Amino acid sequence: MAQLIRRAAALNKSLPAASFAARGLATASTSPITVETSLPFTGHNIDPPSRSVETSPQELLTFFRDMALMRRMEIAADSLYKAKLIRGFCHLYDGQEAVCVGMEAAINRKDCIITAYRDHCIFLGRGGTLLEAFAELMGRKDGCSKGKGGSMHFYKKEGGFYGGHGIVGAQVPLGCGLAFAQKYSKDESVTFAMYGDGAANQGQLFEALNMAALWDLPAILVCENNHYGMGTAEWRAAKSPAYYKRGDYVPGLKVDGMDALAVKQACKFAKEHALKNGPIILEMDTYRYHGHSMSDPGSTYRTRDEISGVRQERDPIERIRKLVLAHDLATEKELKDTEKEVRKEVDEAIAQAKESPMPDPSELFSNVYAKGLGTEHKTGTLQITYNYLLLALKDLVAFFLVVFIRSRQKRSENCTSMSENINNDSTCQDPFVD
Amino acid sequence: MAAAILHGVGATTPLSSVKYNNSRRSLPGSGITERKRASFVIQCYGSLSSGLNIGINRAVKLSTNAVATKQDSVTASTPSKPGHELLLFEALREGLEEEMERDPWVCVMGEDVGHYGGSYKVTKGLADKYGDLRVLDTPIAENSFTGMGIGAAMTGLRPIVEGMNMGFLLLAFNQISNNCGMLHYTSGGQFKIPIVIRGPGGVGRQLGAEHSQRLESYFQSIPGIQMVACSTPYNAKGLMKAAIRSDNPVILFEHVLLYNLKERIPDEEYVLSLEESEMVRTGDHVTILTYSRMRYHVMQAAKTLVNKGYDPEVIDIRSLKPFDLHTIGNSVKKTHRVVIVEECMRTGGIGASLTASINEHFHDYLDAPIVCLSSQDVPTPYAGTLEDWTVVQPAQIVAAVEQLCR
Repeated sequence: MAQLIRRAAALNKSLPAASFAARGLATASTSPITVETSLPFTGHNIDPPSRSVETSPQELLTFFRDMALMRRMEIAADSLYKAKLIRGFCHLYDGQEAVCVGMEAAINRKDCIITAYRDHCIFLGRGGTLLEAFAELMGRKDGCSKGKGGSMHFYKKEGGFYGGHGIVGAQVPLGCGLAFAQKYSKDESVTFAMYGDGAANQGQLFEALNMAALWDLPAILVCENNHYGMGTAEWRAAKSPAYYKRGDYVPGLKVDGMDALAVKQACKFAKEHALKNGPIILEMDTYRYHGHSMSDPGSTYRTRDEISGVRQERDPIERIRKLVLAHDLATEKELKDTEKEVRKEVDEAIAQAKESPMPDPSELFSNVYAKGLGTEHKTGTLQITYNYLLLALKDLVAFFLVVFIRSRQKRSENCTSMSENINNDSTCQDPFVD
Repeated sequence: MAAAILHGVGATTPLSSVKYNNSRRSLPGSGITERKRASFVIQCYGSLSSGLNIGINRAVKLSTNAVATKQDSVTASTPSKPGHELLLFEALREGLEEEMERDPWVCVMGEDVGHYGGSYKVTKGLADKYGDLRVLDTPIAENSFTGMGIGAAMTGLRPIVEGMNMGFLLLAFNQISNNCGMLHYTSGGQFKIPIVIRGPGGVGRQLGAEHSQRLESYFQSIPGIQMVACSTPYNAKGLMKAAIRSDNPVILFEHVLLYNLKERIPDEEYVLSLEESEMVRTGDHVTILTYSRMRYHVMQAAKTLVNKGYDPEVIDIRSLKPFDLHTIGNSVKKTHRVVIVEECMRTGGIGASLTASINEHFHDYLDAPIVCLSSQDVPTPYAGTLEDWTVVQPAQIVAAVEQLCR
């Protein structure tokens, strides 16, 4: 880290100021940069991926902007809560931004994410807008759940974000269900089921892990270890706080969760693994600056020195800022301007959200059941035929792809092993018998 | 045993044995009309399927009104096709199989549903036909496999989660209450949970306290779910199909003792309405509301009551959440007396809710307080005699009706 700072200082001195001003953030290139993660990965029953991460100027600048936006949103939510515009429970994510930003960089919107109640930033990462977030926090009609969910129930179906759950640990079996559906429909996507160090001691987690491993579900369990389950430190709650090892027969990876690039690498690695071999556990070593929720000052069970120490040494946004400056992708001023822009965006969204009306009284009774009750036949014959066609089409495409790839492969000496592979690829091991 | 009950109540009683006492001033209607109506009613119940085939004969394929609406249509003779006979668990399987055939997104998960064929044989043969993923054998982890089913349902799959015994689903209460029931609401309508949770419950034959539970009373407050209870092979198949097709989470309560009931059901496809109750026997003197196994105790009592000259109207409410207040209300308006016979415990059972509901909506039509006969507020004992005393027996029903109609 000291090296990077020295290099950055040297670079700043050598280049003229004009070229900085001419370079806009929007025109950042996608030429690859290789960066080393701050810490190596630690693997459990698996060989960890390499520390060298491929990234690009555009990606780094996007990381910076996204994380700055998330940080700003959470701080604004803090003020709104103190102004009593947000009520009930409000769990803030500041400090942990690198986890969700790094994860988004490694996956697409067909992959599913499900998490617990610290969900505001993950919602944003999945395509949620600031307006939807603030309106939901304030219980307004324009919220993502029409004001009926609140802070702990953000969802975005089109973005593949399945929430937003208040009961600790209950989202993990749901996540395995998402992975089950992905395996059922064979759509080559994965599910990231996120939980905290507190939830890691829930029995249903191990039940779900057992099933995911048993059926090779493409489930990735991500433990966001911020070291405190509300007021209880991890060493006081878990006999073995090595959460990445607790899967036993399920491989695990310990990742520096404050380093967005390490997170990206780990998630990419995990996705490949899950699609081939089934579940894997990722432990993200991260930290939250706020207390557990707005009703927790966060300083009765940890010292202020600890919090400021982490902020100084491991802050995810600072890390990206230093990287950007070191690689000369933007100036200090440009980054500060980005932060100002982001602040303005957040303020505008809050103003707009405040304008949004409260839900209509009739909303009390809407969405209790799906479109009235019972026997309306949603799955008409047309829909069924469509479902079958979709499945058949997927199989057809997969089949032709395999044929195409195989025909292009060089013939090796092990012709028999190739034919074995072809057999294994198709239906023999696949329990889904058409 | 259960089959014997069925045949017993199915037997018609000759008209001559219908006795009634004209001095009972509280009973409406003149002598002759009473007799005629009584004969209609007996014939109606004599063949279970005749009254219920009204919907079938109208070419409405998808949904059937299982409520015998008019008296005259009851005399419709045997249906156009002979139908086929099967046991209740086979009817459930038939419904399930038809739906799995029809829609590839329908799948089953539960303990021993696959290779073993289901502990009550409801899923027998399905794993061979549809494969291990679609008929999934889960480990013994109710909380998480119910959660898994709900998560899968969020994406559009239509899972049927089987609890080997309903009592085991207590372990999954959090998932059923918070995720299954509430996700549609808390997500502002974004996610639908088209899941079916089914399994046998109720007091069986000396199965012990933990395996004789009535979960309908625990689940009834959960917002966002529907609950139905089947009692005959006909309604078992119809309700199973309706539950699978519904976009709402439905809990289908079966009963351990009813799986071997035999009935002739139609060959044509039919789906019943989840919110409707079933008119088992029309009558004038008292409305008896019941569901699941207690229906048979009620019908046994009804036989005795008819012999004694009473004319009970028996409704199998079927839909436990929401109640079919339309049919129930019409009945209350006619008879002005209600007896509820249920297997739930006295405190906080379905009967308690139904009593409150009827009192609230139809208070003006009641001539007497509602009588609710429920099981005792005790854990179900193992000893056979004690177990018999926990649940409502036909003699108690007869006594209650006599008391009410005095």
